[in-house]
Formats: sequence, structure tokens, C-alpha cells
Amino acid sequence: MQSRSIALESEHDIAVARGEVRSLAAGLGFRIIDQTRLATVCSELARNVVKYAKRGRMIAQPLDAAQGRPGLRLIFEDTGPGIPDIGAAMRDGFSTGRGLGKGLPGSKRLVDVFEIESKVGVGTRVTVVRWL
Amino acid sequence: MDGQQRIPILKVGRVLIVPIQVDMDDQTVIHLQERILSELERTGARGVLIDISLLEMVDSFIGRVLSDIAAMARIMDARTVVVGMQPAVAITLVELGLELRGVDTVLNVDEGIRLLRSEFGIDEDEEDADFAGGAGAFAEQVNRP
Repeated sequence: MQSRSIALESEHDIAVARGEVRSLAAGLGFRIIDQTRLATVCSELARNVVKYAKRGRMIAQPLDAAQGRPGLRLIFEDTGPGIPDIGAAMRDGFSTGRGLGKGLPGSKRLVDVFEIESKVGVGTRVTVVRWL
Repeated sequence: MDGQQRIPILKVGRVLIVPIQVDMDDQTVIHLQERILSELERTGARGVLIDISLLEMVDSFIGRVLSDIAAMARIMDARTVVVGMQPAVAITLVELGLELRGVDTVLNVDEGIRLLRSEFGIDEDEEDADFAGGAGAFAEQVNRP
């Protein structure tokens, strides 16, 4: 299966992205609970892009067994303000917005791999993988 | 499609029934919250039953709005139950660390109606009488020193 790139520029795009992730995950053979985890992670991370950076994109990369392990990788990238203190942002209950501060730490618990790179004034990239 | 998804709000007796049957974008969620509150005011309903059995995902945003709806409805003297959460959604919510604070959840619509009637004393058969009583009680409260 091919990678898909989805623009994240409005709140509606969040719903589009998570719908796409769910159908990709279903197509790859993920069971319902993992489809739900992936769609939820997508919703959290896509919302961060739209809320903090205004725009960015999600790249969904199906991983097949030939490349190692089958799974689904999601990359969220933006050229927004960046995160000054990633350690703080990863703590439960920390939020600079109006959220509950569950977005990043909660998302991490729903996936097998969670990587975050961010530079103030340059942008943020969050990469997650859930293995099949 | 922005904000164009229309979630029905049905009034059955003194309960508003809100069947959510599609994945909602953020605008739709916010509109739904506003519509539920204005329907509470307009109809004098005492209970809100939100059926999420077809909802395939509850993220922190939708979770927060469900909590907000329950809190705001409570201030308007109405109780809220959320019914029919899919197991995968429940598991994901807990892993995400969400509590749905202030929201009562039950398995299905029957249980939801039963809870609203028995625990919270909302009886749809007494709609008209209750409504008059409610208005009287309100007047009484207003006149209290």
C-alpha cells in the first residue's frame, strides 16, 4: 500500500485524517481496538497541528512485512511555533491551550513507537507507529 | 461539509434523546452542545440521553465536550447519561487517561432511560403536571429571600 499525505489546515481536516487512518488500518488487518487507538491518536495529534501551527500535514505510511514488521506509521509535521519544553508537554495534565493536557502523553500510551522532534520557531514532527 | 452535519435531538417525554450516528467534526460537536442546551431551555426537559453506540472514537476533545454538556445541563437542572459506548472506545479512553468527569455511562438506551427515571426521578408520564410544577418551583425559588 502507498503512503498517503493529508493536509491539516482546518478542524474539518482532523475528521478527514482520522477517517483515512481508520480505513487504512482496517485495510492492513488491524483489529477494531487498534483501529480505534490509531484513529484516536490521529485525532489528538492532527488537532495539535491545527490548533498550535494552524497548518501542517499527516503522512500515513503502511509498513509491510518485507520492510521488517507490518504496521502503520503516522507522521504529523508542521512549521509552527514549536514546543519549547517537550518534557513538560509530555507530562499528563500539562497544557498551554484549553485542552486537558492529555493529548501527547495519552497518545503515547496508544502506540508502540512515539517520537517527537521540535524546534522553537521551526516546527514540530511527531512520528508514531503501531505494529500489526 | 463544515458544520453541516446535523445530529437529531428528539424529545421523548421529559428526556432529550441525542443519537450520534456519524463521526463528528469539531464544529458539529460544538454546535451540538449549544443545541442541546437551547433545547433544554426551550422544552423544559430534565434529562439528556446521548447515544454514542455508533461513535467509533472519542478523543480528548469530544470527551471534554461530553463532560461540559453534563455539567452545563446539571446547572440547568437536567441530568445527562451517555449510553452504548463501544468496548474499543472505552479501552482507548482509559488508555488516553480520560475520565468523562461528571458523566454517567450505561450500556444501552433502556438502561439510560431507566437511570434517568429511577435515580434522577424523571418521569415522562407526568410531563405536563411536572412542567407546571417546575414552573411553580422556579417562581418559589425566585421569591425566596
